[in-house]
Amino acid sequence: MSINGKVWKYGDDINTDVIFPGKYTYTVSDPDEMGEHALEDLDPEFRMRVQPGDVIVAGKNFGCGSSREQAVTCLVAKGVGAIIAKSFARIYYRNCINNALPAITCPEAVEALESDDEVEVDLEAGEIHLARSETGQNVFTFPPLPEAVMGIFAAGGLIPYTRKRLGVEK
Amino acid sequence: MSHTFAEKILAQKAGLAEVVPGQIVEVTPDVALSHDNTAPIAGIFRKIGVTRVARPDIHVVVLDHACPAPTTKHAQNHKAIRQFVAEQGIAHFYDVGRGVCHQVLAEEGFALPGALIVGSDSHTPTAGAFGAFAAGIGRSEMAVIMATARIWLRVPESLKIVVHGRLREGVTSKDLALHVVGNLGADGGLYQSVEWHGEGVTALDQESRIVISNLMAEMGAKNGYIPPDDVTFAWLEDRAQWPYDPVYPDPDAEYAHVVEYDAETIEPVVARPHTVDNVVPLREVAGTRIDQAFLGTCTNGRLSDLGAAAEVLEGRNVAPGVRLIVIPASSEVYLDALDAGILRTFVEVGAVIESPGCGPCMGNHMGVPAEGEVTISTANRNFRGRMGTKESDVYLASPLVVAASAVAGEIVHPCDLGSKQMREE
Repeated sequence: MSINGKVWKYGDDINTDVIFPGKYTYTVSDPDEMGEHALEDLDPEFRMRVQPGDVIVAGKNFGCGSSREQAVTCLVAKGVGAIIAKSFARIYYRNCINNALPAITCPEAVEALESDDEVEVDLEAGEIHLARSETGQNVFTFPPLPEAVMGIFAAGGLIPYTRKRLGVEK
Repeated sequence: MSHTFAEKILAQKAGLAEVVPGQIVEVTPDVALSHDNTAPIAGIFRKIGVTRVARPDIHVVVLDHACPAPTTKHAQNHKAIRQFVAEQGIAHFYDVGRGVCHQVLAEEGFALPGALIVGSDSHTPTAGAFGAFAAGIGRSEMAVIMATARIWLRVPESLKIVVHGRLREGVTSKDLALHVVGNLGADGGLYQSVEWHGEGVTALDQESRIVISNLMAEMGAKNGYIPPDDVTFAWLEDRAQWPYDPVYPDPDAEYAHVVEYDAETIEPVVARPHTVDNVVPLREVAGTRIDQAFLGTCTNGRLSDLGAAAEVLEGRNVAPGVRLIVIPASSEVYLDALDAGILRTFVEVGAVIESPGCGPCMGNHMGVPAEGEVTISTANRNFRGRMGTKESDVYLASPLVVAASAVAGEIVHPCDLGSKQMREE
């Protein structure tokens, strides 16, 4: 599976309150409407200009704070293809896997990538490709998901995975 | 081989002789906590295609995030939860007004030594103060626990924090915990099981210990364990839901890191906007003007917190133009504070008392700030926009400092509140 898109770059410790504000957690339940609040208090431009396949790039501890899963689903609703960070907060990381949103830990890529860069992410190969006229082709590698959780990701998320496992769905 | 707390309890719950960090285990939690998010979780549960909750007895549902309902939408959400718990036979249901879920979990005797607790709330590690392994999870995962009673957990590396000596007078466990979060950073305990040891911890009463475990979420930790002792056991007497079996780390267990602190050198601190690890000595921000002071939450809304604040406020007034919002963490705290005359003090000095729950902590209701306003709060988060508008500042501090600041109209420690602020009778 390959993801192609533009980079949206942010800093360290991006918390779930700025990804999806707490005040909407019990009033907004439609995923598309969640998308309309994505990164509202961090980058008001984002939700208006983001395109399917675009990639969020951030520093350490991305998604710290609340356990709210809407901070992942609002990005999925906007078609975000992957998040590349130096590290992820643990509940956020689990929520990404459970919603089949690739959460890639790759500090080297984070250092190199800038907003508006065009990147290609190859999940099977574990590679991030950046093509720039001045530096040529850059490739960054990342380790695959642990096998025990790869199944969840491959099934398209925890819910389809559980349906299969319980035999509700083949 | 010797093991940390996390390794021992996860091996036990997974039915394995031993486990190592990085290993993934599947377990049935003893307790699965959810709150106002139970309705959306129930919606995901239905999508799985299972009709009955696998183990209704392990679920604890507490309404607290927006209680009583501020809008019709919130009310519909609560209504759907009441219907769901009734239909699924979830008996451990605590409706609007009982309190913040982490406090209720403790008071109702679910937060027990040796228990494995997961909760669809990031402050679930609070129960670690009772010697539980308690970690936050997402909504989909809680829905799957409803369907299967199972969850996968990665065995975490462990961080050992040792606090030597005792905290000085006027310095609280909130100052200690914020100091450590500031020192190690917002990702200082990322993915790790944090264990707290030393006289600086054992000398604390149970309520003060809860503050420490609660704040471990703010450094990315998976859980925040404090070894249970006689203080814990006494607190749990007549509360425990079932006989418990404490789990302790082996004395020679291997830790990824060991960090030591000297309690006597810890001073009163404040977390400045807009991150919890932006911690500075209180004296550096003393004099910062405030518009609102908030005393409450799962961090600092217990009887000892309210009592300490009331002592500062006694005989004084909340500064003109400043609101002091007080929210007891639970109905039990509310009643105890009522009996102790503490609530009377709050009303006399000009505070507003709201019903038990999370209140304005995440910007829902009951005292959200206006744009440009500054709040000093006993809560655990000060992220931009957290209390409802991104155009406001939130400072985090101990109940003592929040109460004193309400009187002065600016950030101050009670020791520096002049006698001039005493009310003339």
